[in-house]
Amino acid sequence: MSPNLGRTFTRVLSPSRRVAGCVLLLASASAAESKDVLVVPGITGTPGGTLVYAQRSEAKTLNPLVASDSASREVIQRIQADLIHINRATGETEPALAKSWTVSTDGLHYTLQLREGLRFSDGQPFDADDVLFSFQAYLDEKVHSPQRDLLVIGGKPIAARKLGPYQVAFDLPGPYAAAERLFDGFAILPRHILEKPYRDGKLAEAWSLATPPAQVAGLGPFCFKRYVPGQELVFERNPNYWKSDAAGTPLPYLAELKFVLAGGEDMQVARFEAGESDLISRVGPRNFEALEKRRERRGYRLADAGPGLEYSFLFFNLNDLAASTSADLTARQAFFRREAFRRAVSLAIDRDALVRLVYLGRAAALTSPVPRGDRLWLDSSLPSLVRSVPQARELLAADKFHWAPDGSLLDPSGRKVEFSIVTSSGNPERVQMATLIQDDLKQLGMTVHVAPLEFRSLLARVFDTHDYEACVLSLAETDFDPNPGTSVWLSDAPNHFWHPEEKVPATPWEGEIDTLMRRQMTTLRFEERKRLVDRVQEIAMEHLPLIPLLTPDVLVAANGDLLNFHPALMEHNVLWNVEELSWKSPAR
Amino acid sequence: MTRRRRIAIALALLAVVHVAALLAGFLAPYPYAEQHRDRPYAPPGNGFLLGTDAYGRDVLSRVLYGARISLFAGLAATLVSLVLGLAAGIAAGYFGGWCDRLLMRGGELMMALPWLYLLLAVRALLPLDISPGAAFLLLAGIIGAAGWVRPARLVRGVVLSARERAFVQAARGFGAGHGYLIRRHLLPLTTSVVVTQATVLAPQYILAEVALSFLGLGVAEPVPSWGNMLAELRHFGALTSHAWMLAPALVLVPVLLMYLVISDTLLDTLNLRQGRGA
Repeated sequence: MSPNLGRTFTRVLSPSRRVAGCVLLLASASAAESKDVLVVPGITGTPGGTLVYAQRSEAKTLNPLVASDSASREVIQRIQADLIHINRATGETEPALAKSWTVSTDGLHYTLQLREGLRFSDGQPFDADDVLFSFQAYLDEKVHSPQRDLLVIGGKPIAARKLGPYQVAFDLPGPYAAAERLFDGFAILPRHILEKPYRDGKLAEAWSLATPPAQVAGLGPFCFKRYVPGQELVFERNPNYWKSDAAGTPLPYLAELKFVLAGGEDMQVARFEAGESDLISRVGPRNFEALEKRRERRGYRLADAGPGLEYSFLFFNLNDLAASTSADLTARQAFFRREAFRRAVSLAIDRDALVRLVYLGRAAALTSPVPRGDRLWLDSSLPSLVRSVPQARELLAADKFHWAPDGSLLDPSGRKVEFSIVTSSGNPERVQMATLIQDDLKQLGMTVHVAPLEFRSLLARVFDTHDYEACVLSLAETDFDPNPGTSVWLSDAPNHFWHPEEKVPATPWEGEIDTLMRRQMTTLRFEERKRLVDRVQEIAMEHLPLIPLLTPDVLVAANGDLLNFHPALMEHNVLWNVEELSWKSPAR
Repeated sequence: MTRRRRIAIALALLAVVHVAALLAGFLAPYPYAEQHRDRPYAPPGNGFLLGTDAYGRDVLSRVLYGARISLFAGLAATLVSLVLGLAAGIAAGYFGGWCDRLLMRGGELMMALPWLYLLLAVRALLPLDISPGAAFLLLAGIIGAAGWVRPARLVRGVVLSARERAFVQAARGFGAGHGYLIRRHLLPLTTSVVVTQATVLAPQYILAEVALSFLGLGVAEPVPSWGNMLAELRHFGALTSHAWMLAPALVLVPVLLMYLVISDTLLDTLNLRQGRGA
């Protein structure tokens, strides 16, 4: 093994750690090659040790272009790096592979300066050609990357241009708010490995888990070492990683990162509690309490990071249904469409009970359909939703609803107000919320049935056949910024839950929301955007297409000996700073 | 203990449980859906003899009302199976030929299907907001219809051998029609099989209902069934935090045991009487 003379650190890994995936090639014989290292201040740690993380489901691929499931993304983001990264703790963008960038005054042109002297995990140099190749692949329609849509603004794709060996320009087709956040998550791929499969049209099949580790390379903190199907996926430290701490120790501290399959949240918790895994993310409240009981004995740390970026809501079927639909459903839509009905339902729901009984207090009731963890964009002027059954009854009475002698509610045309709420049977919290809502609405005289369905049938009913009446769902935002939320709020968007893909806005207020959301997408100044997004929230709370319920807290746990552990609200809640994690004394 | 006494005791215990289920409206201290949201997962005591569940609903009341669903869905399903099985078995055994072949091969096909997935598939096709009563009947119907084959084969065996008996031949010789022969001569011979099958199937069907409800596919909230009450225990640490949620299982196991005692004893008795069991 030839030593790499470009190293800026002195500690040498034991030779037995060198495996094919991280072979260092002989660098130039000249003096230390300069490398643009990012120094992470404020952390210390001791190199060495293995971290074991149990996943709920197994990763399916190591290919960033095609990965769409969370388990694959979970592992891929530990071996890849992006140009501009969103710091999960602060929510702000920070330099990653691009050490600096400038924006033209009209916001349409970004010029990124790349770090120089970097090498992929297999030792090959990194330069602008890799960036151009990566974006060419992401944008290529034949590759069918699910991430392509993120790079298309107003129907036109972003364009990338090479300005120099370490300089790249990106041209946006139109002004786009917070455009630099776009780059987060776009892994920069090694042209020297993937160009050939790309030319052969086989890029989508590249980098499956069966790929020999030597053929997978990246710029992330770790690199691919070994995969045993159904058991473990092992990564080892990338010796060419471009970050170090303030003392000059190169990151990551950990020598090895091991993903094992747990097969479900309960199994994850059982393994963590037994000491077989070291970190656990997004635990449910009951499991959190169970872990809390055993904490003293086992010595691990539990953290409640507060309300996250997920929000749960109830919505009604407001689709324009074909004449062939069941008469019951069409008749019930008559009162679903009445705003007084939706407002009364919202007033009657006991959100405190939902927080207390379903989430054991570890959630926050919502005041608007924006997750509580998004403090920056949440309209703080909106009042909290106080439960009032008498007020709900008044609202209904004023809208010509009335009550039969047996107490059941009848709509203005005399029809009994009865409907079913569908929800995912695999998610016990949502089923419990639906059951509590059922009981709450009984006090208004409504007869509600709870129908738990398998998740995929649920999605088919809500988005394809529209064969449902009401639904309790939750959505996890991937970013604090409101832009990803356009897939819910724009009336022609696929995730416009209550009435997806409208050809024209079905109501004037939906048209107003369309205008406001489109404007905030191209408004570059924060204050202006905030005003627009606040107005969207006010309209949403007035017309209640989604009745917001709550945001669960982010609940995590870690081995007590792990240093620099800082849970974040954005994913990945515990592994976002895996390069900074370190053992107190890495004898393991 | 003599066989008779064994059966008598088991029957008496079963009767107690079934009557308690029927009288749930009188015996239960609280309505099954009444939520006491300030007392979730309250341990036994303080007005709740068996504690409360996640929404503060009294477990004892829910066990009593839940018995109605679990026990009687099981019994109703048994009835469905026996009626279908009897009809199919008699038709196959009496008429023979293509009718026999069709029924028996069809039955074997059904037996080869994994019943749980069959039930899941059928349940998924049902409308979303069926009333609890309709759900109950549908459940019983589906479970019962999935299991007609075994009683049918046993009944067919009895009918095949009985068909050739002297008194049946004689009656036929005297001009008796099919209906008369079946009703008057063959049906009575099947009673012992039917009764035994009833005691064998009933516990299986009670368990099937419990399993379906455990998976969330039986009766919907807030109607209790022993299955959906036991589903609470699926979570890590549930048994150590609220062990009183196990109450439905503590009633279910003796009930199933009593059915098994009866069916065992009956099978023994029949073996003795006929030399070889049906």
